[in-house]
Amino acid sequence: MSAAVTSAPAERTSNRQPGFMKDGRRRSWTSIIVATVLAALWVLPSLALFLSTLRSRDAQASVGWWNVFTDPLNQGWTLDNYTGVLQGQDMGASLLNTLVVSVPATILPIMFAAFGAYAFAFMNFPAKETLFVIIVGVMVVPIQVALSPMLNLLGPNGVGISGQFVAVWLLHTGFGMPLCLYTLRNYMSTLPFSVVESAKIDGASHYQTFWLLVAPMSIPAIAAFATLQFLWVWNDLLIAKLFLLPSNTTVVVRVQQMLGTQGQGAEIVTAGAFISMIVPILVFVLLQRFFVRGLTSGSVKG
Amino acid sequence: MTAASATTTEPTAPARGPVRRGGAPARPLRLMVGLVGLAVVAWLAVNIFLSLAYYPGWYGNSRVLMALVGVVAGLGGAALLFYFVNVFIESLPQRLSQGLIPYAFLIPAFGLISLMLLYPAVQTINYAFANRDSTAYVGLDNFRSIFTDGSFWVALTNNALWLIIVPVLTVAVGLFVALFTDRLSASGEKFAKSLIFLPMAISFVAASTIWRELIYNPNPNLGALNAILGTSNDWLRMDQGRLNSLLMMVILIWMQAGFAMILLSGAIKGVPEDTLEAARLDGANERQVFLQVIVPQIRGTILTVYITVVILVLKVFDIIYVLTNGQSDSNVIALMFFQELFTAGNAGRAAAIVVVLLLLVLPILVYQVRTFRKEQGR
Repeated sequence: MSAAVTSAPAERTSNRQPGFMKDGRRRSWTSIIVATVLAALWVLPSLALFLSTLRSRDAQASVGWWNVFTDPLNQGWTLDNYTGVLQGQDMGASLLNTLVVSVPATILPIMFAAFGAYAFAFMNFPAKETLFVIIVGVMVVPIQVALSPMLNLLGPNGVGISGQFVAVWLLHTGFGMPLCLYTLRNYMSTLPFSVVESAKIDGASHYQTFWLLVAPMSIPAIAAFATLQFLWVWNDLLIAKLFLLPSNTTVVVRVQQMLGTQGQGAEIVTAGAFISMIVPILVFVLLQRFFVRGLTSGSVKG
Repeated sequence: MTAASATTTEPTAPARGPVRRGGAPARPLRLMVGLVGLAVVAWLAVNIFLSLAYYPGWYGNSRVLMALVGVVAGLGGAALLFYFVNVFIESLPQRLSQGLIPYAFLIPAFGLISLMLLYPAVQTINYAFANRDSTAYVGLDNFRSIFTDGSFWVALTNNALWLIIVPVLTVAVGLFVALFTDRLSASGEKFAKSLIFLPMAISFVAASTIWRELIYNPNPNLGALNAILGTSNDWLRMDQGRLNSLLMMVILIWMQAGFAMILLSGAIKGVPEDTLEAARLDGANERQVFLQVIVPQIRGTILTVYITVVILVLKVFDIIYVLTNGQSDSNVIALMFFQELFTAGNAGRAAAIVVVLLLLVLPILVYQVRTFRKEQGR
């Protein structure tokens, strides 16, 4: 809307009339009002959380968050809740843990899946169809299926890495693999086959073709998957809770523990929750394009 | 594409290949290099990863260093692994190497999937027929036990409610939002969509915190719902008409509506303008245009969104775990599994619950595979 207004002078020479938008469609005031109300409703809970965390402990315990709009001067604005949760609840260390979990767990599946996706997209072999159908099927399988056997396998009676970051990297790499293969293969299938063909005629091996041609051309799909996987790993509760030692635990698990503790001050819980949201929101704002593309291609096409 | 490429690649490769590769016979030296390289890289990568778990002291207990080593060892290890696989396979006679290389590229990915999803699925089914610590088989006892347990039926009923309500409402809300944002100016649309999409990025735990503390809070001074209605109800404990479950569903719909909106809005934009114009010329009003022209044309996307949300809802766990822990008749099977395994410590019953979950997922799995096959056939 604002863009339409600012670009108006440049458009003045065209036959633009009031009541019409830049692209010539009729401006629909019903839609503007409905969409504004919906957007406001949708953002209100998150906004309320953020504003609430900046109020003093007393304000948060006595009057509702909507008072920040009606009585903004008496909310005892403060950053104490954040210093409190960062020091008292070890939130700083948990934030670092979450990054240490998320970054490798995002990058590692891509490498393994990319070669597989290349094989699916550019090679012909018997059982190709069957193998890919397995991927499509496995994407739907709930991870609950894997928890108990993997706890035994990675636990003290097995490999003995449960509780360490390595265990969680491994699990997220495995659980993310079907989606990653699926997304990358679908994208690679749209690349021109002639490119791979001509590389082959020039004597390039598949390994070289992958690195020099296909991998660089697949960057948009890789970025889309990476954004999706990063948010998924960052926001995960189940795997982090079961496979990480308390000292290695992530922000989401810390917030869950704070919520479960009776008598924990609400101002601490809400501040913790907002801290756990900062990085996802940043990723969302900066990489929204890739996130949307990942969701669109990752949701199994009907 | 598959049939066409098969016929085009085969004749060209042998025609040029022999010039460079000299007939490409077996090359024993490269074969050895490939094999040895493969073994060394695999051994090194495995041991580096194990050392990260066993001897954090070697890395000065620095998490950042460990993450860096993990990324470098993982990426470098994978790159070298595939390189030596390539060397090894290319040293084989050409006919053999052409046949083997696709499998070589697929083995790592499928190995991980087998280890992390297929093997555990089989093992879980196995545990479902064993006792609480998986030491002896007990036949169907676990299934008998859960199906005669009233709380399991409560959970199953709740799952059915979630399944009936959440996907339909998510699609409906997404469609509603998409219709209205579609008529805004380009920048207005982008802005409105971003705000509605935002909850998609945050965790279930954070979303639950927001709604528990700010909206469903039993204190009428603090909770918006009580303040608006002038009540002081402890909403999440109210199981009349499964009210608490319904209120938790609202949270999930709030989070997923943006996803539905994005996909549906893309589909609506793809509906050809002339079909809409034709309907309008025939005297259809906007509602008829929507129901009889737009909806039939975006049916595929509606189904996609619906199925995706159904899969999500079947596994719903975090929201209920955090907000009620299944009390006040709000349990669902994914959470009941968790409680059975970690609170009650009964691996047999827990596995039986997961098998039920798996059976519920099975029709969707079959549907997905069939849709995929149909698409490939086109």
